[in-house]
Parts: sequence; structure tokens; C-alpha cells
Amino acid sequence: MLVDCVPAREALGLADRTVLHSGPPLAWERACPPVQTAILCAIRYEGWAADDAGAQRLVESGTVKLAPCHHAGAAGPMTGIVTASMPVFVVENRPRGNRAFATINEGLGKVLRFGANDESVVTRLRWLAREAGPLLGVALRVAGGLDLRALVAQALRMGDELHQRNVAASSLLARALMPHLARTAPDTGAVAQLAEFIGGNDQFFLNVAMAAAKAATDPCLDVAGATMVATMARNGTDFGIRVAGLGGRWFTAPVNTPQGLYFPPYSAADANPDVGDSAIVETVGLGGFAMAASPAVVGFVGAGGLRDAIRITEEMGEITLGEHPHFRIPTLDDRGTPVGIDVRKVVETGITPLINTGIAGRKPGTGQIGAGVVRAPLACFEQALEALARARGLA
Amino acid sequence: MTTRTTFKRSFYQDSVALMGLARELRTGAGVREAAALMGTPANLALMAEAGLLTDEARAAGPNDLVIVVSAESAGEADAALARAESLLTARRARVEASGRRLPRTLDSAARQLEGANLALISVPGAFAAAEARKALRRGLHVMLFSDNVRLEDEIALKRFAVARGLLLMGPDCGTAYLNGVPLGFANAVPRGRIGLVAASGTGLQQVVTLLAAAGEGVSQAVGVGGRDMSEPVAAAMTLAALDALGADPSTELIVVVGKPPAPAVRASVEARLRALGKPAVVAMLGREIATGSAGPLTTVATLEDAAAAAVARRAGRAFQPRAFSDVATARHRVKEYRAARGPGAAAVRGLYAGGTLAYEALLILEPLLGAGAVGGNLGGHGGGPHRVLDLGADEFTVGRAHPMLDAALRVEEIGRAAKEPDTAVLLVDVVLGHGAAPDPAGDIAPALEAARRGRRGLAVVASVVGTAADPQALAAQTARLEAAGAWVLPSNAQAARAAACIAGEARVAEALLAGGGA
Amino acid sequence: MADFRDLFTRLGGEIRVINLGLESFAETLEAMGVPVLHVQWSPPAGGDPERARLLSLLDDEDGS
Repeated sequence: MLVDCVPAREALGLADRTVLHSGPPLAWERACPPVQTAILCAIRYEGWAADDAGAQRLVESGTVKLAPCHHAGAAGPMTGIVTASMPVFVVENRPRGNRAFATINEGLGKVLRFGANDESVVTRLRWLAREAGPLLGVALRVAGGLDLRALVAQALRMGDELHQRNVAASSLLARALMPHLARTAPDTGAVAQLAEFIGGNDQFFLNVAMAAAKAATDPCLDVAGATMVATMARNGTDFGIRVAGLGGRWFTAPVNTPQGLYFPPYSAADANPDVGDSAIVETVGLGGFAMAASPAVVGFVGAGGLRDAIRITEEMGEITLGEHPHFRIPTLDDRGTPVGIDVRKVVETGITPLINTGIAGRKPGTGQIGAGVVRAPLACFEQALEALARARGLA
Repeated sequence: MTTRTTFKRSFYQDSVALMGLARELRTGAGVREAAALMGTPANLALMAEAGLLTDEARAAGPNDLVIVVSAESAGEADAALARAESLLTARRARVEASGRRLPRTLDSAARQLEGANLALISVPGAFAAAEARKALRRGLHVMLFSDNVRLEDEIALKRFAVARGLLLMGPDCGTAYLNGVPLGFANAVPRGRIGLVAASGTGLQQVVTLLAAAGEGVSQAVGVGGRDMSEPVAAAMTLAALDALGADPSTELIVVVGKPPAPAVRASVEARLRALGKPAVVAMLGREIATGSAGPLTTVATLEDAAAAAVARRAGRAFQPRAFSDVATARHRVKEYRAARGPGAAAVRGLYAGGTLAYEALLILEPLLGAGAVGGNLGGHGGGPHRVLDLGADEFTVGRAHPMLDAALRVEEIGRAAKEPDTAVLLVDVVLGHGAAPDPAGDIAPALEAARRGRRGLAVVASVVGTAADPQALAAQTARLEAAGAWVLPSNAQAARAAACIAGEARVAEALLAGGGA
Repeated sequence: MADFRDLFTRLGGEIRVINLGLESFAETLEAMGVPVLHVQWSPPAGGDPERARLLSLLDDEDGS
């Protein structure tokens, strides 16, 4: 359930002088340029430093600490930067009571998520914190929360796969929010501004989807003896997975670089290595795993025709434990999406999870240069397998 | 001469498919040599021996497919490789075009095939036990064709299977019939009233084909693998199968085929048979087997006798073993061959595709020709001059297809044996049925003809394990062998005796051919 | 030990086969009209024996 939108300071208990980033733990020196730039921009936005040089000194001296979003209960797309005053959506896993959080998606182009670092970014972040966040928070509280599972299931039937393509889900969310926003907003201007913002961003729902996926999978981390993957995340340098039953331990390996189609004038040479917590949606059977539901995405991510999309979903079926009871794919006779990545099956078959992803430009601030697919590195799963065996006293 | 290499990373194919591919490639214009192998160290060594280990091939890992072609010209080598490519993708393309998808694991297969109840496993031995265990854990019966499975794994698997009421047929189980479905290398035989438990695939094939020839049929036939009746395994699957046959209303008579087990094991098998209350025939292939009947149980020492005793029992007749079914013809032919035998030619050369058939021949030849006089690779103690070779044994099939599938090895050995000055008789088996080569008789007939042309008076004695309903058609296969000059007898046992009559001392023939037959 | 006396009844009317290994077996069964699904099998863990051993042990632990 999407229940609220509040500052990260409050929702995550996020202290000042902490910058959250996507993926597994990351040292500043190892971070790729878009991530570094985004961190500097966020520090300036919070006012902890006046300029980039000052911001960098804070990080290098350890005065500003870096930590994975996942460690604070959040998930961030692309660079995934979260700081205390940023508003975050609150998603609650009702039966279990746990919560997960994600920022409001800034939109396309020059945004913090892609490592842009100029005044327009900071201005927008401030607007999100002062205007958009509070409006959304009130509307959600008044609505008593929105049922995300039903919304996602419906979006799947409308051609979204919830990673690369969220236009239907974003539209459904906007539709659900509108009455509550209209009733609770102080004036029509504010509503209009927010509506234009949401309406102009096809990927608005992505962050919400990520928080929902995290809320669904986090409880699995404590299930002893299980072999299911609960988290997949990248920070632009390392790919990390966490496995049910092995708690919060990360298994990491160098990220791959996505392959796909590029917006002119960009090409593969401009691509940044894989980055973002958004792979969390693949762990719940969405994104690349639901490719068969999204024929429109297939050409865009360069994967080929519908037959290829179906083949990919079926290939993911080889490494998953079952089919999702709620997320169903019309083109596959309503079969559930493959869900529950099993570490054992990945190592056994050598088939690694396929992730649908946007491709960021290597140069900070370039923004998104294309979209494509990328594979999780096998080494993460091999390490996890050994740890699982040791945990059971078998190795 | 140009050598070209194709390398396909992480592209696994089974060994039989690859040997077929290599054979296809060798027929290409200008192709001198071709190899298609997974890049395991052993295979790379084989390629080195054949002069085909190119630098590209050397870089291959065990999961990579390497195809190397050596041809007269670059163009011909390239053409061959292109053909390999299309052959490799052809089957997959056919399957995918039909909309189906081939699963990658047993698990996803079990999810895809509703109601699956049997796993037929023929992966390399090192991986076979783990796959069998997976199948059993998922409630599937298992037919384990793979060999080179460790004894301790067999014991554990069978314990696991028995606890769950599941069959684990094997390891090294090549033939079975369940609910009328022929599995593995199996002949087309009618459904009927005789249930079998067999430690050997070709042994089972010989028995059921003879039953079919006599108008009988098979209710069920369970393969238990060659070690089931050993002391460590203690007939685990045999006893389970007997319980099943005992309670099966369609089974009216039970046949057990194996080697003589340890006394304790033999006792438990016989006790179980007696307890079932159905007539039973036990065929023990071994030395100095005490044959005879005691109550419902009849013990015999050859595969042919197993079938004959079963048939007689079902017809309410007493069983009388006999040396030849057509003594008159046998006398006549033996006399001709003995007369035509060249000077100094008195040796039998058995060249077998079926291991159990080879063993049966050995057991028949030893007492007739002298145990010390029959050598070969079947573990006997003889040094010669006679020799029985199981050409499907490990030492012959490294890097080569099994003789049941590909006659090249046998053709070579026929040529070799025919050149040895003391060879008087070539003794061969031809096995038909599902899974066997499309024309086994035709595959060796030219070599047999050449052998006879090259050696005056050379006798060729053969048996064909098959039925009229087999894809290869028994009558046509028999005719082909006869046209090549072979004397085809109705069973392997008779063929072995015929060979002994031709090559042995006169008294052997006299003893076997005395009397009027039955 | 389970009861094998009803084995052939339990096997039911139809044998439905999953084939791992030689593709020719699947082709033969298919030609006979026996329901068979051939598995595109390859050695587990890319043939790495230690990982294959761990996989086997972990499969066992799945409570059965």
C-alpha cells in the first residue's frame, strides 16, 4: 500500500551529513562519475557545502558518510541519491507491517538520478521537498493509502513491465491520486503544477514500484535456509545481491554495461556501467522477467520481436521458484510472471537474471542515453551458493 | 589441405548427437577429417591425436563446442562448417517454430510436462546420480541409462527409491517396457502375460524377441542394472520389481535374467519368487549353473532357454533344452563349413555389439572349446586361439560411437579378424529395435562379404535380435546377412554353438548335432 | 519400504517421459507417440565439480 510521502529525515530516520546511494556499499574513490557528481549535487542542495570542491572534501574526510539506500530502508533508481530533506514515498507491506521508501521520480533529462549537477536540478529538488512532497503526503493520508498490487497487476495487462515502461502504471497512479489531491491541495495552481509534473513523466511510477518491490522482498531476508534472491542492486561499479536466509549480507561482483538502443547522437561508447536499485523489480517478477507483457518495450530495448520477449520471460522461468499469483501476462495465456529467483538454479544453469534498464551517459549530467538489457553477474550467485552451503554446514 | 575451426561457447550437445554430426560432416565434398566435440581435456587430447587440435580448439572449455574440419580447400572447409551450423540449429529451430520450448532443467521440465512420471536419464555418468536423485525427489520413476555411476551412489539412490515406492532402473539400464511402452533400446514386441526383470538390456532384448517369435508377449519388463543382484546392492530393485509383478494381474509368468548373484542374494530372490506364487523362470548367465525345475521355479543357463522355458510353461509342456531348433539344417551346414575350412584355420572370432550376448557366447564356447582356449575382453581366463570381443566395452568406445549405433568399429574388426590366418569362423550379433541403427545388417554386410572373398572357406555365423515389427524388419535384415553369405541362426546361443561345431574338434559337432532335435 | 505391489497401477495409463541426455531417445519416443519432453541439459554449474557437489547437497536439504 502506498500510504504517505514524508521527508527522508522522518521516514528513514536519516541523519544529516549522510548521503544514500544505490547498490551495495561503495567507497567514494570507486564510484563512477555520475554517482560522484550526484552526491556532490545533493550535498549542495542540502546546504552542507557551498560548492562542489567543498562537498568533495566533506566526503573524502568522512564528514559526510555514504551508505546504501537499502541499508536505510529505501531503494533509489540510477544514482539513487537520497538525503534527509528529500521527500520519500512510504510503502507499507500490510500483512507483515514492514515499510520501504523511495524518492519522488524527478522526471527525464537533466536530473540528479543521472548525475546532473546544476542549479536546475537543485531548484527542482527544492520544489519537490517544499511543494510536491507535502501535497502528495496529504493526499495519500486522506486516501487511506493506495493498493499498489492491484495497480501493478492492471498495468501489466496494459503493456507495462514496470521497469523500462511505467506509462500505464503512472497514469493509473495519477488517476487514483487526482481526487484526493484536488480535495486537499491549498489551491488549483498547486494541483495543476503537480499534475503537469506527474503527467509529463512516463516513469513517475518507477520509484513507487521499487519501494513496493523492496517492501515485498525485505521480509524474506530473515527466512533461514531459503535460497531465494531478495535484493539485486547496482551502484555503477559493483552489482550486489542479497539472499533470503543470509540476512543483509551482500555478494558483489563488477557490474556489466547495458546493451540496447541509443538516442541519437549517443552510442554504446557513451554508456555508463549498470547502476541503480531498480533491479529490485526483477526480483518480484517484473521488468525483464515480465518482458512478454510489454511488446512495446521489446523493440526499444533492442531485444527483437514478441517471440524474443516471450523467450526471455520463459528463460527467467528456468531460474525462478514459481509463478506470481497476481502479476499475470495476457500474451502467455495469463500465466503468472516468473518470480522468486533461486540462487541454486542460477548457478546450475548459468542463466543469470536479465534486467531491463535505462542506460545512463558516462559523462555526468548527460542523462539517459538509451535503454536496453543487462545481466546480473554470475559471480554474485556463485558466492552466494557457497555461503548458503556453509550456512547449512555443508561445505 | 585447410583446417578450419568453429567455436560455440557454452553450447552443450550430447555425445551421440555430436558423433552423428561429425559423421555427417565427413561426407562433405573434399572433407578429409572432421571432429565435433565438447572441449573437455580428454576430448582435446583426442583431437590432438587426430591432428585436429587447432589453436582455437585448444582454447575451448568443457562447456564449449568445438568443430574442426580438415578439407582439401578452404572453400570446402568453410562449406562444411556452414553445414554444421545449420545442422546444429535445425532441430532447435523446428521445435521453436512449432511454438514449444525446450526446458533447461529437470525442474522446469516437470513444471512443463503435466503428469510426467518417468525420467529417462542418459547424461554423462559423473552427473547422472545427482539428476536421478532430483527426479526421485520429485516423485518420478527413473530409468538410468548412464553408466560409470559409483556403486555407493547406486546403493543410496535405490534405498531412496525403494523408500518411496519408485523404480530406479539401472545404472546402465538400456532397455525396459512399462505399460507397453518400449524404453531405451527396445524391440517392438506384443503386449502379453510375461513379466521380466533383467540385469541386462541386450539380454532382455534377446529373451523378449524370442518370446514374441513364439507368440508370447510382455506385460512389463523392468531393467535393474548389472550390479543390482550384487551383494552390496542386494537385489534392491529386483525384489521391488518382483513384488510389483507378483501383484500385477496381467503378469502370469515371471522371468528373471541376470548373472549368478552372491548366494545370499540368490536365496532372497528365489525366496521372493516362490512367495509370489506365479510360475517363474530364472536365467543365470554364468559358469557351471545348475539348471532344472523345482516347483514353480525353473533355472536355465542361456537367454534362449529362458524364453523357451517360459513358452513351454505357459503351454503346459515340459521344457526340453535343445542345441539347435533345426538340427537337420545345422548338420548339413556344419559339415560343409568344416570341409571348407582352410588348413590351420580353427579359431572362432566373436565380434559383438551386445555385451551380454558376447558373454553368453563366451559361456557357451568355453566348455565346448576348452576354457583356456577362449580369450577376449570379457574377463575370462583363456588365452586363445578363440576370442570373443565385446566391442561396446569402454576400451573400444573412447571417442567412438557404440557399435549398436555405428558399425565403423565392427567393420574394422571384421577386416582385422578375417586377415588373421587361423580364423575359421566370424561370430556376430545384429541387434534391431527402436534406438538401434537403421540398417545394422546392411552396415556390416559389405565387410562380411569382403572377408569371405578374401578368405576361402571363412564361415560367418550370425543371429539377429529382432522382431518382424521392428523398424528394421527382421526378415529383411536376416535376408541381407544371408545374401552376404552368413548362416543366420534363430538365437545367439545357437549361433555360438554353430561356431563351436565349425571350429572345434569333431566330437563337439558330433555331440551337439546328435539326436533328432527336440 | 513403500509398497511396490501397486506399482503398475500407480504408473497409470500413460507413461509421460522427461528425457535428459541423448536426444535420440526423445526422438524415438516422440515417433511412437509417447508424451516426452526433452531437456536441453548441460552440466550443472558449467561442469565445475565442486559447485555441482554443493548444488546437489543443497537440493537435498529442501525438506523431502
